[in-house]
Amino acid sequence: MNDIFLTVLLTLDATIRVSTPLIFAAMAGLFAERSGVVDIGLEGKMLAGAFAAASVASIVGSPWAGLGIAILVSTSLAMLHGFATITHRGDQIVSGVAINILVAGLTIILGLAWFHQGGLTPALSNESRFLSITLPFVEQLALIPVLGPIYKELISGHNILVYLAFVVVPMVWWVVYRTRFGLRLRAVGENPKAVDTAGLSVIKLRYKALIVGGVLCGIAGAYISTAHNAQFTRDMTAGQGYIALAALIFGKWRPLTVMLACLLFGFLDAVAVRLQGVSIPGIGEIPVQFIEATPYLLTVILLAGFIGRAIPPKAVGTAYVKER
Amino acid sequence: MNRDTRIAWINGLLLPFLNVLTAFVATAVVFLLIDVNPIEAAEVLLYGSFGYEEGIGYTIYYTTNFIFTGLAVAVAFHAGLFNIGGEGQAYVGGLGAGLAILFLDPTLGAWVFIPASIIGALVFGALWALIPAYLQAYRGSHIVITTIMFNFLAASMMVYMMVHVLRETGQMTPQSELFPTNAWMPFVHDVMAGFGYTIEASPLNLSVLLALLCSVLVWFFLWHTRWGYAIRATGKNSTAAVYGGIKPKRIIIVAMCISGALAGLVSVNELVGYQHRLIMDFHLGYGFGGIAVALMGRNHPLGIIVAALLFGTLYQGGAELAFEMSGISRDIVVVMQGLVILFCGALEYMYRPWLVRNLAPVNTQGELGATP
Repeated sequence: MNDIFLTVLLTLDATIRVSTPLIFAAMAGLFAERSGVVDIGLEGKMLAGAFAAASVASIVGSPWAGLGIAILVSTSLAMLHGFATITHRGDQIVSGVAINILVAGLTIILGLAWFHQGGLTPALSNESRFLSITLPFVEQLALIPVLGPIYKELISGHNILVYLAFVVVPMVWWVVYRTRFGLRLRAVGENPKAVDTAGLSVIKLRYKALIVGGVLCGIAGAYISTAHNAQFTRDMTAGQGYIALAALIFGKWRPLTVMLACLLFGFLDAVAVRLQGVSIPGIGEIPVQFIEATPYLLTVILLAGFIGRAIPPKAVGTAYVKER
Repeated sequence: MNRDTRIAWINGLLLPFLNVLTAFVATAVVFLLIDVNPIEAAEVLLYGSFGYEEGIGYTIYYTTNFIFTGLAVAVAFHAGLFNIGGEGQAYVGGLGAGLAILFLDPTLGAWVFIPASIIGALVFGALWALIPAYLQAYRGSHIVITTIMFNFLAASMMVYMMVHVLRETGQMTPQSELFPTNAWMPFVHDVMAGFGYTIEASPLNLSVLLALLCSVLVWFFLWHTRWGYAIRATGKNSTAAVYGGIKPKRIIIVAMCISGALAGLVSVNELVGYQHRLIMDFHLGYGFGGIAVALMGRNHPLGIIVAALLFGTLYQGGAELAFEMSGISRDIVVVMQGLVILFCGALEYMYRPWLVRNLAPVNTQGELGATP
């Protein structure tokens, strides 16, 4: 019994660690898409952030410096996306694809030129990473049945960015639903003309949304290379940006449900790792690939309207043309 | 020259030229960033891709893949659809080609195997595009998102198939059995030897003729058939197309199936033509590369062939570059693809306002009438 309890706890613990970058990236996507800009480039911005963070952290020796540069690089890419899609009214999807492909190549080329390690960045020492934090009173509380282990295994022992992710979600909710900026953001994604008529700049609002998204993607990238791992490796985001996009749709563009979708997808990932080669009595071995494919399958089914309906912000994907 | 002709020249020729030029300049800047002389790099690259027979063979071999995926993206583009799922469709197309060969009697002749594998690739590629197309047309889900999801679904499914179903017995690496030699698409060097010409061996096979044939067929189909007209009309303005008696939902299905089928043909070149077995990840990068090719080729088969040749050159030359110069790898091609998509796609109209203002200013004298 105790064994099963511990296995469940450890799986949930892994879920939280895997979900963290998804949450940051999905929140980034939420800002962009709520403002009416499709953001396929989450993947590329995360990858660029991961590369920047690992490079700088390995040179400077501080994860915070890495995080700062990751945010800077990711935000610059977000601005490039804005320049192409908001200023020049280019296709938002084409621009996102361009960013993803560009970053996929550039991180390897620059890594190779700067570090000469086959496209990897040097392995980070503990001082230059975000390490796990043991929360106070873990040992004292560990004796309490059920709650003690939950506190010890599940809640304590994560790095600061994990806790930040779970602080960011209510903050995003508050910004989107309870502030003036949030109201305008939602309006500009639904009906930009009305916002324009009210005398607000559609362009400025969308740029602001992309800046917020850039910052969040930068954090997601830094988490992947300097907290979850200890160096940058080729294509290390491995489609997490697309999973985050799926979670954004699955959570219907609402912060709390998007977070739950991220946790669900993270959980599936953690389960897939744990079930590798394990035979379940009565069922036999479940192919890992099947569990890995579930998030994508769920999103397709949801989008097709077979379970509920996912309705995107009305103006998403279209550039705003002010009538003259 | 009046203002309208000038604007047509700007849009049709000057703008695409400047965009490609910008992508090249940006690539040169990347070379400078990593301390490589761009001119020296270009020399190595050109030698690697055109300097010797084997290199030329490789270049055209890679070009073949890019023609298939470029055409695939272009057909969907003409219908107003962005098929980002070329990766998945090419991969699953490989399954179709592979299954067709592996399940046929190995004693059959090439006249059965080659068409069967082509049909297998076409059908499976089309099927993998059919589902997202159906969901877009009849269930209202966005084609871009579903095709992205289908890329990942394809990857998972193929890993499962390769590891659990098709793996060669007694082998650790997930790859299928070798195809019977009758099922190999003939190599160009073998064919040429048959005619008495000796050229160096390379992976270049007769699939390149298939790619050229497809280019002609796509051109004929899009500009000289009723369906092609319907596809272009839907892409330009689907509401207007309805008034012309066109059913956009059906067009979405047709265009996507053709697109997926073309992407699936990558596997004919890669697997039937060169690897001669089903392997993992043979498709990587070609689906996305197709987007760059289609954008650069302005969605026209002729442009696509030229753009595909450029990327084929870069692909082969990039390998030579990585071999000759330390501190650089073939990923420079990926960078270039990204830059082409950025400048020829997303920032397509960046120079337009500036060019129009300077080269075709509105005539205030009223020659054409000032726009109100």
